[in-house]
Amino acid sequence: MTDLMAAQARHPAPKRVLIHRHSAWVRVTHWIWVVCLTLLLMSGLQIFNAYPALNFGQATTFNQGVLIIGTDDTGTRGVTTLLGHDFDTTGVLGLSQGSEGPTPRAFPSWATLPGNQDLATGRRWHFLLAWILVLNGFVYVVSGILSRHIVRDLLPRPGEFKLIPRDILDHLRLRFHQGEAARQYNVLQKISYAVVLFVILPVLVLAGFEMSPGLDAAFPWLREIFGGRQSARTVHFMMATLLVLFVIVHVVMVLLSGVFNHLRGMITGYYAIEEETP
Amino acid sequence: MTSSLDRDRRLFLAGAAGLAADVMLSGCGRVAASREGQTAFEAANEMSYAVQRAVMGSKALAPEFALSDLSPDFRANGSIDPKDPAYKALAAAKFASWSMPVTGLVEEPRSFTLADLKALPARSQITRHDCVEGWSCIGQWKGPTLSSVLDLVAPKSEARYVVFHCFDQLGADQTEGNPDLDESNTLDGPPPKFYGSIDMADAVHPQTILAYEMNGEPLSIAHGAPLRLRLERQLGYKMNKYIRSIELVDSFKAIGGGKGGYWEDLGYDWYAGI
Repeated sequence: MTDLMAAQARHPAPKRVLIHRHSAWVRVTHWIWVVCLTLLLMSGLQIFNAYPALNFGQATTFNQGVLIIGTDDTGTRGVTTLLGHDFDTTGVLGLSQGSEGPTPRAFPSWATLPGNQDLATGRRWHFLLAWILVLNGFVYVVSGILSRHIVRDLLPRPGEFKLIPRDILDHLRLRFHQGEAARQYNVLQKISYAVVLFVILPVLVLAGFEMSPGLDAAFPWLREIFGGRQSARTVHFMMATLLVLFVIVHVVMVLLSGVFNHLRGMITGYYAIEEETP
Repeated sequence: MTSSLDRDRRLFLAGAAGLAADVMLSGCGRVAASREGQTAFEAANEMSYAVQRAVMGSKALAPEFALSDLSPDFRANGSIDPKDPAYKALAAAKFASWSMPVTGLVEEPRSFTLADLKALPARSQITRHDCVEGWSCIGQWKGPTLSSVLDLVAPKSEARYVVFHCFDQLGADQTEGNPDLDESNTLDGPPPKFYGSIDMADAVHPQTILAYEMNGEPLSIAHGAPLRLRLERQLGYKMNKYIRSIELVDSFKAIGGGKGGYWEDLGYDWYAGI
């Protein structure tokens, strides 16, 4: 760190200073989230491929549902049926290139873990990683409460909500906070991180619990919340989709607002801001 | 604003991310195949087993449903028509001469005919069958509890698992007439007979029954005639069909591939409450 700071000191012109932005707890848990969620998604798609359709309710309604991924009658086109509308998704969903030519499978080989059709190994990855995800979440929440990170940095303060329209405009113009304002997360960041951590992830995990026949027996309130195993499977998939959308926006924002500064912040903890002249 | 240096950095970053993804995925394959990877997978399954047992106790019941909830098309999975000649002969005679030995670590080994089992008090339950593939179907099942059968043979205190030996031979039954699959079968000799195992806590659970009836009809061949296990707090692949005999053991290491069941020997977890 001292080399970097010295380098900064030799170039005083823009007056950049390094602030300590992310604690070790946040950095370590962040990268564990990255690995876990990536592999959970891919092993989850492997599991989904074993029965590539979703519906609401306790039991499966074969051949009808909110989402069905398959092929047409000839088996030469991949067809995705979303809410009753058919989409030709040949090449990606329903039918994709395998080692022996076009192969009928819901999600393509490159998106699943393992790449070949192997439900047993996909499940083993999924549940091993699910344990790591839950333990990581526990460490994050406990350290975040004790260090006040969650209250101080993540939960929007009441006065901040009126900044939402301006923040949306700033984001759309790709005008990111500079100087002192960059010391804190902006309100859209706070809301999206808080929703991911305290709404999407918990609902995703609980829906996973409801899909387990053991936990469904242990916690009858789960089926009151979700309305049964197939509903839970659909909700689990929807939450995973929201997480993927969050990650896309998150990565795009990082790329647009100084990728190396952000990466250094999340690896070393130090983030450069331009100090306003006093 | 964007200098070519920035562009180079971004290209480098994108390339590095792609490379990292490749390394990660080939690494995942190596991890899954390694002994350490297998140990980690097994540890995760044992943790799920321990935690689920702790939170559900021995009495928590799987949800039961109403007749109006029955699935109109209950899917039959795995073996649906065993080819075993002995089984064929029994089926042709409507299982009149079928008799199921219960042996192993029991004080009073004996065999049960269908009439013996029907003479025991029956439990009827409408439950949701959760397949490992992700789908669920609701059906009505009737038969004696496994615990009532076990009471009649008096398990020894060292019995830890109930093993079900079955008539079906999934590899052979499924791949008949499909030479591609037959050739890819790397097992020596004929495919193994189907078998499975559960622990004593599950064996004495009130919803664990030996079903001879489904939806008010004698169990069909597709669904496991003449007798199948219902184990409502676990996934369908634990619910053995076409039961031939029952054996109580203190370890399943010496049976089949040693993992506790046909599916377990193929890589599925022994505990399927998740």
